Amino acid sequence: MSDRILVGTRKGLFDLRRGKSGWAVETVHFIGDPVSAVLGDPQSGRLYAALALGHFGNKLWSSADDGKTWDERPAPAFPPKPEGIDDPFPWTVHSVGMLEPGGVPGRIWAGTVGGGLFRSDDHGQSWALNRPLWDQPARQKWMGGGNDQASLHSICVHPANPDDLAVAVSVGGVWRSRDAGASWTLEGEGMIADYMPPDLQGSRETQDPHRVVQARSNPDRLWCQHHNGIFRSDDRGTTWMRITTAKPSAFGFGVVVHPDKPDRAWVVPAVKDEKRYPVDGKLVVTRTDDAGRSFSVLANGLPQQPAFDLVYRHALDIDGSGERLAFGSTTGGVWLSENGGERRAELPARLPPIACLRFAA
Amino acid sequence: MPKVAFTGQLQRFLPAPAMDAAGDCVRALLDDVCRQNPRLGAYVLDEQGALRKHVTVFVGDRQITDRLTLSDPVGPAEEVYVLQALSGGSAFGETA
Repeated sequence: MSDRILVGTRKGLFDLRRGKSGWAVETVHFIGDPVSAVLGDPQSGRLYAALALGHFGNKLWSSADDGKTWDERPAPAFPPKPEGIDDPFPWTVHSVGMLEPGGVPGRIWAGTVGGGLFRSDDHGQSWALNRPLWDQPARQKWMGGGNDQASLHSICVHPANPDDLAVAVSVGGVWRSRDAGASWTLEGEGMIADYMPPDLQGSRETQDPHRVVQARSNPDRLWCQHHNGIFRSDDRGTTWMRITTAKPSAFGFGVVVHPDKPDRAWVVPAVKDEKRYPVDGKLVVTRTDDAGRSFSVLANGLPQQPAFDLVYRHALDIDGSGERLAFGSTTGGVWLSENGGERRAELPARLPPIACLRFAA
Repeated sequence: MPKVAFTGQLQRFLPAPAMDAAGDCVRALLDDVCRQNPRLGAYVLDEQGALRKHVTVFVGDRQITDRLTLSDPVGPAEEVYVLQALSGGSAFGETA
């Protein structure tokens, strides 16, 4: 079980530890600065934090000593946009939304708002844009979802084969590579986009997955919290089944799956889709134990008085044991469970608005 | 030789002392600044070489107008100020 959670907020990186008397904030890094992505890399032990500075752009810092000292590394950035190219979209990183271990020493994938997928093979000391995905003609149909530009937010690296990737873009669909990103196929058969004209609702390149995660023990099983419901795939993203029965809502941003029980997944529902707050002002988590056939509403320990906490896509996480869950909200609340969400405790702290939350070793 | 001075806010992230720089336009000066202080470039310019959206530059008391190619002229005795715009307080304010 993991006794550490990194929380990236509007005003710094909060390092939470579980001690004898429960969870508490141990240290704060980058206080005052927006932290858009965090990673404790299990392979190298390094910590990474992406800052989205309001004036000075995206920055990447890394620590080899558990956060005692940090050194700045280049942030993922696009190459110069070729002159005369027919591409109306900016070649700039708006923010780094996702840092994912690549499964081989030194490798990290970065997903960005702006739509670029970047790879480092040297612990973040240099980055390269993945051109095979960026150069896909279908990218011209990608759209912003919440942000002005599309966001590449989910990177599922196959636990046994680091060349096998499934990534998801909001709005831009689900993509699969079997060769470490050298080539890509657009997947997502069965996803439905209610916001598109009738004949385009099944178009794979304009699907809006909000978050896609894989089950460690069965990486063919993917769960997706989509703009228009919860979706499940049993063939690593090629085909999807839509699940709309989840109460009180099938709309949300984050989703997690139990690492060893692929039928068990959790989401945090909200009012769809422009309003985005907990249904009836009551914060709940919804869990399925039977691959989406039924859902339980878990409210124990969560605020049932008027609560307007929204949980962003990277702010819900599960640890390697599958028992510890945590999430953080836009109003700075953090809730933790040590028994699969049955009971929750609120972190005794009022944090800044939370962008991302992640268990670390 | 023109002098380039930077907002004190940058000092939180890296050393950014005022420095003499060679050139007759803002682009040339900032290129020279980045040669002298390579980390500074990514704080002031985006990856396409444009001035970051919420950074502003004055040549003397004139705010520059060409934020894209930075062609505003600079006289040999002028001072250039690289400042943070008041517009840039919010970073990931948008919803997911």
